[in-house]
Amino acid sequence: MINVYATYNTIISSLGFSTSENVQNILEGKSGIELQKDTKLSDVPFYASIIQDEKLNQAFSAINTTSEKYTKLEKMMILSLHKTIQASGEKLDDKTGLIISSTKGNIEALDKESPFLEEKAYLTSLGETIQHFFSLKTTPIIVSNACVSGVLAIAVAKRFLQAKKYDKIFVVSGDVLTKFVLSGFNSFKAISEAPCKPFDKNRTGITLGEAACSMLIKTKENKEGVEIIGEASCNDANHISGPSRTGEGLYRSIKKATQEAGEKLKKLDYISAHGTATLFNDEMESIAFHRAALSNVPVNSYKGYYGHTLGSSGLLESILGIESMKRSVLFPSIGFETSGTSYALNVIRENTHKDISAFIKTASGFGGCNTAVIFKK
Amino acid sequence: MKNTVYIKAYCAITNTKMVCNDEVLCEENELDYKSFLKSIYKNYCEVSYPKFFKMDEASKLAFLTAEVLLKNTSMTENEKEDLAIILSNKSASLNTDRDYQNSIQDKNNFYPSPAIFVYTLPNIGIGEICIRHKSYGENAFYITEKFDANLLSTYAQTLLNTNKTNNVLCGWVEVEKGKCSSFFYLLSNTEGELYSEKNINEIYQSI
Repeated sequence: MINVYATYNTIISSLGFSTSENVQNILEGKSGIELQKDTKLSDVPFYASIIQDEKLNQAFSAINTTSEKYTKLEKMMILSLHKTIQASGEKLDDKTGLIISSTKGNIEALDKESPFLEEKAYLTSLGETIQHFFSLKTTPIIVSNACVSGVLAIAVAKRFLQAKKYDKIFVVSGDVLTKFVLSGFNSFKAISEAPCKPFDKNRTGITLGEAACSMLIKTKENKEGVEIIGEASCNDANHISGPSRTGEGLYRSIKKATQEAGEKLKKLDYISAHGTATLFNDEMESIAFHRAALSNVPVNSYKGYYGHTLGSSGLLESILGIESMKRSVLFPSIGFETSGTSYALNVIRENTHKDISAFIKTASGFGGCNTAVIFKK
Repeated sequence: MKNTVYIKAYCAITNTKMVCNDEVLCEENELDYKSFLKSIYKNYCEVSYPKFFKMDEASKLAFLTAEVLLKNTSMTENEKEDLAIILSNKSASLNTDRDYQNSIQDKNNFYPSPAIFVYTLPNIGIGEICIRHKSYGENAFYITEKFDANLLSTYAQTLLNTNKTNNVLCGWVEVEKGKCSSFFYLLSNTEGELYSEKNINEIYQSI
């Protein structure tokens, strides 16, 4: 089987417009979550991690002068991908793939007050826009699989590379904060009134966020790369909106990803968990990690820094996990104070120096979907 | 080394007919597609499954297509447990997204419902099939301009060739603007008609 490596990457978020700026802010303990008072999104103030339009437009104007043609999401995703392509120095030839991950895309184009055509709400339109911007020769592959999309996109890239369909694949993910999603999670009573507290005893729900991320995945090793040694996605077969009480799908995903990694995996030194901070999700994860005998492995959720960035979260948190591994530093899970799950987890409380040889990234979402991917230095 | 891949069964539903393994199971020109789907549930589902009526139209379509296909093929419980499901369409969940958007469009008539919101994701239909058949296998939902046999089958083959599963349910499931169309086929590395992209496209065109 061909080896596959995760290499150059870019995070565009409320904590910065490059991966290094984001990591620096995390090292300093900064969160991108703030109280928002945008009445177009909600009548009452709410906490979220939002990218400032002004800052985004300024950065975007450096690469394109027709900013008004593009939605916020498109600008975020194009900017992220542009930076990753530039850094890699790779040519976009007919063996270069593009995988796009988004849960809701430009869903706000359905709103009657949107300045954009309803056509933009189709993810295929988002794909075309990105493909044309970069004059990409191959048709983008679009993955939309709820909240596991971002990490599933990495698994999909690995498989298409191993099937020799492409030599290299750029993965780009993005989701923005919309009234659509905010009102939806509110109708579930799943939104936290304070910044979210993953795995904490007093957690009360999700904080939403927005981010665009990109990553080059290829079959040739270079100094930037870490190897993707195993992945799996398993369904709970239990409930479409409630996490499994036994953590079945997540447990199976971890087990199968570990099996695929085989002898390449000596030990998992760190878990980058999903940790949305809803009562049921975090509880489910603790059960799955316990069943997989991973309760003692240092774990964090990045939702306390970024909120839940939906289809971008899996890629965002994989990139941060890779940075953690490269720098030999475990980043704390902010918002966590007191253990609040049936099976206690080893939640990271402060920046900790540790040699990380391999880590696992997990995610779970509506529809009972779960994905796990293992990265190795 | 690549294993041989077979088409074990297929099923397709449109506004007016349902075809399974080269046989037209029913044709109906009088009903709208919503009523047609209900009649398929009534006449072709062996189990009583009240949850069906809570589903959005796209999930109902996915559920029924899988139900009829799996009824018309042989599969052990173990095989079902590892069944991978890889679906696709163009509109994701826009049909239901529009309903949800209508419920939040007007400030004075604001009634967002969790029961609708949960179906504003294209992969929920996969979840419904997994619950019904106790399938814990690989899942993925792709968005493509039109039915793309090459993408689905390339991906399915990566799962079959790496022994992640022996059976992949692939297909297209679309509900939009008063029209529904589905086409599911079961790829297997054990038995069936020899798979080729040309084969599957011919079957798709013939429906």
